[in-house]
Amino acid sequence: MPEQQPEPQDEQVDHGRRTVNWLLGSSLGILFVSIVYPILKYLVPPKLAEPTTFSVTLPWKLAELKANSGRIFRFRSLPGILVKTSAGELRAFSAVCTHLQCTVQYREERQDIWCACHNGVYDLNGKNISGPPPRPLEPLKLNVRGDQIIVMKG
Amino acid sequence: MTGVRITAWLEERIDLWPLRHFIGKKVIPVHRHTVWYYFGGMTLFLFAIQVATGILLTLYYRPSGEEAYESVQFIMTDVQFGWLVRSIHSWSANLMVLMLMIHMFSVYLTQAYRKPRELTWVTGMLLFGIVLFFGFSGYLLPWNVLSYFATKVGTEIAGQFPLVGHTLMRLLRGGDEVTGATVSRFYGIHIAILPALMTAILTLHLFLVQKQGMSVPPAIEQAHRGQPLKTMPFFPNFLLRDLFGWFVTLGLLAALAALSPWELGQKADPFAPAPAGIRPEWYFVFMFQSLKYIPAKIGPFEGEVLGVLGFSLGGLLLLLIPFLDKKSAVGEPSPLFRSIGIGIIAYIVIFTLLGYLAPSVK
Amino acid sequence: MLRVICFILLAIAAVVVIRVPFAAAEDACIDCHKSLREERLNRPAFKIKNDYHLARGLGCHSCHGGDQTALDNKAQAHSPAKGFLGKPKRHAIPEACGRCHSDPSYMRQFNPSIRTDQVKEYYTSVHGKRLRDGDQKVAVCISCHDVHAIRAVKDQMAWTYPTNVAETCGGCHGNAEYMKPYKIPTDQLEKYKQSVHYETLTKRADLASPTCSSCHGSHGAAPPGVDSVANVCSHCHVATAELFAKSPHSSAFADLGMPACVTCHSNHDIAPPSEAMLGGGEGTPCATCHEASSAPLKKAAELRTMIEGLAGRIDQATATLTRAEHAGMEIGAPKFELIAANESLIKARAAVHSLDVEQIKTATDSGLDVAQKSLESGQGLLSEVQFRRKGLAASMLIIIAVLVGLFLKIREVDRRKRLD
Repeated sequence: MPEQQPEPQDEQVDHGRRTVNWLLGSSLGILFVSIVYPILKYLVPPKLAEPTTFSVTLPWKLAELKANSGRIFRFRSLPGILVKTSAGELRAFSAVCTHLQCTVQYREERQDIWCACHNGVYDLNGKNISGPPPRPLEPLKLNVRGDQIIVMKG
Repeated sequence: MTGVRITAWLEERIDLWPLRHFIGKKVIPVHRHTVWYYFGGMTLFLFAIQVATGILLTLYYRPSGEEAYESVQFIMTDVQFGWLVRSIHSWSANLMVLMLMIHMFSVYLTQAYRKPRELTWVTGMLLFGIVLFFGFSGYLLPWNVLSYFATKVGTEIAGQFPLVGHTLMRLLRGGDEVTGATVSRFYGIHIAILPALMTAILTLHLFLVQKQGMSVPPAIEQAHRGQPLKTMPFFPNFLLRDLFGWFVTLGLLAALAALSPWELGQKADPFAPAPAGIRPEWYFVFMFQSLKYIPAKIGPFEGEVLGVLGFSLGGLLLLLIPFLDKKSAVGEPSPLFRSIGIGIIAYIVIFTLLGYLAPSVK
Repeated sequence: MLRVICFILLAIAAVVVIRVPFAAAEDACIDCHKSLREERLNRPAFKIKNDYHLARGLGCHSCHGGDQTALDNKAQAHSPAKGFLGKPKRHAIPEACGRCHSDPSYMRQFNPSIRTDQVKEYYTSVHGKRLRDGDQKVAVCISCHDVHAIRAVKDQMAWTYPTNVAETCGGCHGNAEYMKPYKIPTDQLEKYKQSVHYETLTKRADLASPTCSSCHGSHGAAPPGVDSVANVCSHCHVATAELFAKSPHSSAFADLGMPACVTCHSNHDIAPPSEAMLGGGEGTPCATCHEASSAPLKKAAELRTMIEGLAGRIDQATATLTRAEHAGMEIGAPKFELIAANESLIKARAAVHSLDVEQIKTATDSGLDVAQKSLESGQGLLSEVQFRRKGLAASMLIIIAVLVGLFLKIREVDRRKRLD
């Protein structure tokens, strides 16, 4: 019997309805934002554009590397070694010693790759030439794009 | 208000009256089984979430044996909120199957499949099959140990079919073994073939539901003896309730994704021995468990073959229920089919529980 | 006309050249011996097809003399006038092989870098010395290189191929009956097969891993003397040998006349070393000289605790990281850092040979540091998984607000409908 209801009560109902609409509208708005926000974030390309499974771009510029030097880099969760020979040639190998999986290093004075754990020595082709290592170092494929060095599974 | 103006603008160009009229006239019968009407909408909502999160996942996922696992790991670790998107996709898939099962059995037990809704039931059953296949194909995509072996066993079971089994298995696996080729294939099935089928059949299903309105269980119809039932307008009363349920589900999904993020597990290694406790997704467990109990040989037949045939026959019977249940077609309750339905539910519940609780046989 | 003659001559030359390989098949010795009934006489003719020498045109006559062209003519083939020697006497075999193998200018035409000192070396070996003294049972060239089917060392069917050497030596040295007169142990082959060296050689396919001849020499085979053991091992184990030479054990062992390396590691059955070797328990090498609860044993126990502490921490970190990985976290960086801890562990294990507590402690401390950091990042990653809950708590509040709004709205529209 709406026509019998007094005016103020009608206003009260209207007021209540407006409050409910406001509450529902604003909470839906916030919810919408809180759903859209993660989605937009998701769409932003991550720092690494793709999984570092097959190739990795080394964190140094080509120009930074001196001749007759070697550097260790991360390839997946394993170390790799990049060697620039005294002739200026670039080579990359897995830096995992084939003896007991220590990380090898470049020796400038002898121009070879050396494992400090048990004195294993590899030549600059990765071949094991002295000490306990049973096998050559696994070679990695190198690509130079402009000033960037990209290493891939060989 | 802007809303009003937009509607007016549209109305000037397109005649919205039939739609308005339809929505305005659509009512939902109110009785003690009204609650079951919500589950179809719930399944639809979860499907929408699956579509949305699935599309997002395709941006980073790579379907190959070498890259699948790594790309999912990439999504989980490097992509912002990637873990959330993937977790919601996985959880929502499971909830969707659950809601679909509830929807299906509630329809069955309220005999909503009876004339004139036979086609709605048949399309619904087809949708159920598609959803199960969605789950099966999606499970492999992260290419982890569990999914690898579940797929291996699952496709092997499909290979038990007489005559076509081997071809079917090869067709599913994309070769003789589960390999990276299977991942590519399942990906195509999961994101192109099944969605296309789903869209077509779902459209038909929804069209039929709207065309025919909600079904009222015969028992309630009889109780009212032709008197008009109490109803509630679809818009906004029922829709608001629907929305309420959907947001509860959304909250539930968020909670599940946060409290129990979907794990990635170990990368699949086809040459590693199968780990203990290999089990398919929960909605296949009752079949998996039943196959375990069937003896290796029954007479001249192989047990597994009979089991697979049995399940196929069961599925076919369920599909044809509206045509088999003559009593309900004329609007009478049919206790026989009712008890069959309860039997099926009990069977599924018991065997699923057995699958999780019984010490593993073998 | 001249051209025709040239052509004919060339054709004849070609036929001769092409015929050379077939000439082997028409070797009178092989031809005839193949058809002999007695196994002793026909076996060499069958075996020789695998011989390295025959492939280079050196047939039976190169060792046995005689005329290999005398087809179906036993008398001429075996004629002393053609230099037929028959079966060489066992004690004369080294010289027989040495006729060619000790002649650098002859050998050069086959392989310019081949060594030619094997016979000389042989007579410095225990085998060679005994042979000189008239012992006919000792190994001569053919005992290890086979006879008639002599293969190159790089041929993996050769008795002298690295993976076959142990069995070749063991043929005599593992035969208790045969070795009885010499009164030396015959369990070396059995023991060697349990060693880390055998495993590396056969399972890890590391042909550089030592077999009998790597430590005892091949042609000059003899047991290494007490003094030279360390030199032999240090051939490969360079770093550990250097560390050992600086340790107090080095002079102590020399004074006591105990050989380095093998005193603790044994010789033929060298097991992979482990921390269990350190410390004073029964059967540990330290306890053979040091008394229980003496100061040196306490020190050993201390070293063991240090190394085991590091190994344990690394295992713990690895397990935590693996769990985080399976939960879907990226563990590349901490796992990469953990490699350094493993390296410290390996260095610390090597440094045990120096007995220098400071040096070992430096290695284990830096390793512990790294492992601790990896462990913490692993735990951090695991708690990150948990942290996400908090972010979601906020969105749950929003959803609850929506639900409350919906609830009120539902009540309102229901009331309106009733009013209507």
